[in-house]
Amino acid sequence: MSPFVSKRVFAWVVLLVGAVFMAAPFVLMLGTSLMTYAQTVAYPPEFWPSPLTLANFEKALGETPLLRYLGNSLVVAGLTVVGQVLTGSMAGFAFARLRFKGRNALFFAVLATMMVPVYVNLVPLYVMMASIGWVDTYQALILPGLTGAFGIFLFRQWFLNLPTELEDAARIDGCSPWDMYWRIAMPTAWPAIATLAIFEFLASWNTFLWPLVVTNSDALRTLPVGLAAFKSSMREATDWGLLMAATTVAVVPALLVFLVGQRHFVRGMLEGAVKD
Amino acid sequence: MNKPTLAKQEARWAFWFLLPALLGLGLFTALPMVGSFGLSFMQWDLLGAPRWVGFANYLDLAQDPLFWKVMAQTGFFVGLYLVLDVSLALGLAIALNQKLRGLGILRTAYFMPVVTSMVAGAILWSWIFDARYGALNALLATIGLDPVRWLSDSRWALPSLVVVSVWKNLGYDMLLFLAGLQAVPRGQLEAASLDGANAWQRFWYVTLPLLGPSLVMVTMLATIRAFQTFDTVYLMTEGGPHRSTTIVGYWLFQNAFTTFKLGKASALAYVLFLGLLALSAVQWWGRKRLTHQED
Repeated sequence: MSPFVSKRVFAWVVLLVGAVFMAAPFVLMLGTSLMTYAQTVAYPPEFWPSPLTLANFEKALGETPLLRYLGNSLVVAGLTVVGQVLTGSMAGFAFARLRFKGRNALFFAVLATMMVPVYVNLVPLYVMMASIGWVDTYQALILPGLTGAFGIFLFRQWFLNLPTELEDAARIDGCSPWDMYWRIAMPTAWPAIATLAIFEFLASWNTFLWPLVVTNSDALRTLPVGLAAFKSSMREATDWGLLMAATTVAVVPALLVFLVGQRHFVRGMLEGAVKD
Repeated sequence: MNKPTLAKQEARWAFWFLLPALLGLGLFTALPMVGSFGLSFMQWDLLGAPRWVGFANYLDLAQDPLFWKVMAQTGFFVGLYLVLDVSLALGLAIALNQKLRGLGILRTAYFMPVVTSMVAGAILWSWIFDARYGALNALLATIGLDPVRWLSDSRWALPSLVVVSVWKNLGYDMLLFLAGLQAVPRGQLEAASLDGANAWQRFWYVTLPLLGPSLVMVTMLATIRAFQTFDTVYLMTEGGPHRSTTIVGYWLFQNAFTTFKLGKASALAYVLFLGLLALSAVQWWGRKRLTHQED
């Protein structure tokens, strides 16, 4: 074997071992979710479901508030995406195409908010919500996530690259800045919109700390908080089959969104990292 | 009648375009940031009136043995995480940075944890680490090793949480390295090759120096991420056994929402914030230095 081929084989083996480490928890999750309770507590442990049963899924969807959590997560993530795209594109357009005093300083201040760790804001944000009686409400769950520096940054980059000729022509035709934004800039921005939408959908779908702090009833819980409550409610006698079925329900939508928008998601992650 | 000038009109438009975003950032980021700073000089349990105590919260932290225990554990967690995450991500990126069959599927496997919630990941790994029914101990049994109580033995609990964090974020950091690697010019590698450099020398003397900026960036992002770890601790160990997995994010949460020492929690938040800012400054400096070397 030539050294060239052996090097490639080595690379393949390394990558394969890594991929197994990455994927194994998902395989176990799916396997366990399809087991009978008796099989999940067999000793020594068994990992291949036999007989196959959907009982865990029926129970998780029928006898627990899982569907309610799922609905809450969808509503919160959906509104977050809409808010992020609208506020981010409007502000990004202003920073890229409109001239006003203090523009650079303001943009820098917006970027600086990305440096603030979530813990710094957590307590005062909770106090704010508590003082106006908004704990355990949808508005408290949704409002803080409706805008963010990343979206503004992303759209600013996109709109900076718009050709000026387009803008000049529009100006001569008497277009207002709003028309330029809504009728000329936004229709060209689909890749940026898709990137931000996928990114924010997944971020919102997966976020835990804020929903944990600001909700306290099943009616308002999102999937991650609901799963955590579900797990801790079982304490000593965890029904792993049932818990894995519920986890599968939470994981699959995110994986589907990722698979559909893989290209946009990867670009978003790279842009997020090289933000300076 | 004097019409407003064009410049004034444009500024007025800019105001309305910026209003929604700035309102959101102001109310939900800037205002709480100031609030947190203020609270860090007060004592408050959310019920009575807040009481001004000056630097007492910060002094309390400095004199609290638990604070130093938490910091030491956080340091261990972050350190072990960085070593594993950065070296594995770099190694995998190098392996991925060539034309191989079936790479698409492998890459997707590496991304599955990145798009999965940490809560779901924590639940999956609780099952794997389960001392009696878990897959890991079953695997150990097949090679004749005794079961380990991964999450309830204070020697193993924190390293186990590190493994989960590595699993979750490896794909992301690998991607960042891959982007950096693809910017390494082929010509330089070929020139080194012609000069008789072997693969290891080419990596050490050509690729790694060019990869410097990516290395600094990944390390920095991974550090910030590791310092903010919360979900796994909350779900898998609740800070135990014997507080051995109580790291800074979880301790802050306990101070704020279990014992309602809002002032102390805010002081801790600011200590964390300033620490991360200082680390970022070091990163900025390091990156500048590395970029200058390239010239």
